[in-house]
Amino acid sequence: MTKAAAGSTVSATEEHKRRSIRYHSLRALYRKEMADHVNSKRFIIILILVIAMTIASVYGAVTGIKSAIMNAAVDKNASFDASYMFLKLYTTGGSSIPSYMSLIALIGPFIGLILGFDSINAEKNNGTLNRLVSQPIYRDAIIIGKFLASSTLIVVMVLSTGIAVGCAGFLTSGIRPSGEEAVRVLIYLLYTIVYICFWLTMAMLFSVFTRHAATSALASIALWLFFAIFMSLLAGIISNAVYPVNTEYEQAVNALNNYNLNLNLNRVSPYYLYSEASSVLMDPATRAINAVSYTQLIGALSSYLPLGQSLLLVWPHLVGLLALSFAAFTISYIGFMRQEVRGN
Amino acid sequence: MTDTTIIRTEDLTKAYGTKTAVNHLGLEIRRGEIFGLLGPNGAGKTTTILMLLGLTEPTQGRALIDGYDCTRQSMQVKRITGYMPDNVGFYSDMTGRENLRFTARLNGIPEKEIDPLIDRLIEKVGMTYAANQKTGTYSKGMRQRLGIADVLIKDPAVIIMDEPTAGLDPEGMREFLRLIKQLSVEDGKTILISSHQLYQIQQICDRVGIFVDGSLIACGGISELESQIAAQGHYTLEISAEPCDDRFLEFLKELDGITGISGEDSTFVISSSKDLRIDITRFLGTHEYKLLHMHQKGGDLDEIYRVYFEEAEKEGDENHDKSGSRKHRFSHRRA
Repeated sequence: MTKAAAGSTVSATEEHKRRSIRYHSLRALYRKEMADHVNSKRFIIILILVIAMTIASVYGAVTGIKSAIMNAAVDKNASFDASYMFLKLYTTGGSSIPSYMSLIALIGPFIGLILGFDSINAEKNNGTLNRLVSQPIYRDAIIIGKFLASSTLIVVMVLSTGIAVGCAGFLTSGIRPSGEEAVRVLIYLLYTIVYICFWLTMAMLFSVFTRHAATSALASIALWLFFAIFMSLLAGIISNAVYPVNTEYEQAVNALNNYNLNLNLNRVSPYYLYSEASSVLMDPATRAINAVSYTQLIGALSSYLPLGQSLLLVWPHLVGLLALSFAAFTISYIGFMRQEVRGN
Repeated sequence: MTDTTIIRTEDLTKAYGTKTAVNHLGLEIRRGEIFGLLGPNGAGKTTTILMLLGLTEPTQGRALIDGYDCTRQSMQVKRITGYMPDNVGFYSDMTGRENLRFTARLNGIPEKEIDPLIDRLIEKVGMTYAANQKTGTYSKGMRQRLGIADVLIKDPAVIIMDEPTAGLDPEGMREFLRLIKQLSVEDGKTILISSHQLYQIQQICDRVGIFVDGSLIACGGISELESQIAAQGHYTLEISAEPCDDRFLEFLKELDGITGISGEDSTFVISSSKDLRIDITRFLGTHEYKLLHMHQKGGDLDEIYRVYFEEAEKEGDENHDKSGSRKHRFSHRRA
């Protein structure tokens, strides 16, 4: 028949039409998801969390830096390193208040999880997904639209808090960023965005494969706890079992192997990858992240690493985080495309 | 392909593992008719619908809507086919109007045309009064009506509804059926309704297909199916008389053409292969029984459904004696 033939031969107009379908459906889904997020109660929770985090960390940093300077002025033994002061706004905590860096490492994943844990299965349970897939749209537009909307929010949140911390610190303490410091902060914020997006994709992965939103929320929190707490314990246990360091002899033989295995196992965890990368970026005094022997240190100047060298240390971390995110997103993408969407 | 057929399935089969949900289905639905796909739960109705929409791939065979292959050209199919799932869901935080607007955008309708279109559709389904309420507050009947408006946004040639009448109250049901009839008569839409509720479907369908265990066991207009049943000699008579004694029962049992008797209180239900009313009334008259109630059943869809259903069961029993639970349900009628 003519219609069937027209369908099989893809003309230029057909191709154009197809692209425009992809564009307007993705746009509609993106807009709807954004509106959904912004109007939801959970967004208010995120907002409160983020604002509280920003204020607390600025306060902590300013008081922390101030007391360090005071100490240095009073006590001759206490020294205060005045270089890279602007970065200290992010890395310094005050009395019992954690720094911005540690706060966002803690709360960031939760924001990713909150934005993603019910993205697919809630639509399934509400019966909106089968209405959605019966519209003339490509199915992947649904999951891509959801990811883009949530990651947009993450980008906005991370950039605005990160810049707000810098501005507030500048206003209250008068610490000005140098060009290199500003670039370091921006790159650090980029790492943070990728890290939080990884947790978003993990949460979406669970939401594709579990039936209830509660299950996927619990599963992703469990995964986060595992990486944040248990992974380092597990890495220690495994590396001690493989390279025991109980006797002096074993220590002499196995210490380096033990350390390296431990480190590599830890680096499976995105949590560890992110914290290692952010400490290198935000503290130019960090010169190496692997074990360094004494012979390697001979003749080394104890100076700060320039930005390019710091980046050289941590670019594998960015690749690793991106790869993990892509893997999680790909699995959920394929799973979602192959799933049969039935009424409940 | 003739122009009158809009939905056609050829040898359509879907197997999940070893279980065959849809079994070599050949179905033809004509342009502009209301077709009822009837069958018990789990008969494969929803699976068939999913294959028609290209949401699941057939194991074998193919389905066509208006000449488009449902699996390979699902985008074209979805453009001309509206689907209303059972338990139609809306975003509960959005108003009815916002939900419809979202669907309109997904269909690529220009922004300027969206609002007038939505106004017209909610007017049509009688939802103007609630259009700006959040759909979370809607009743089942309201959601169902909004569902119809939602389906109509893309101005489809074919509308497929999965169990649309489940859970509606009688008043809601009446209105809903009126609306569907209107869509068919005034707008010339082809409508495919799947259901297990027979009476409602009977009122509006032009043709029905009876679907049991993945196979279409009968298909045609109500009157066609009726005459098929009559030709096969299926009569069911309800009768109750006083006194209701053994002599009466003995007489009934010895009647010619009886295939089954069952009793409830003082009423007998007699299945037979011919019309027995004259014989029975003659007997009652000559033996001074008082006739309390007599009703010849047949012709309504329930009866048609029952007969075909039983037939499928019998065949099933002969082929692979496994459908024990359902056999039990009907055993008293065969007595």
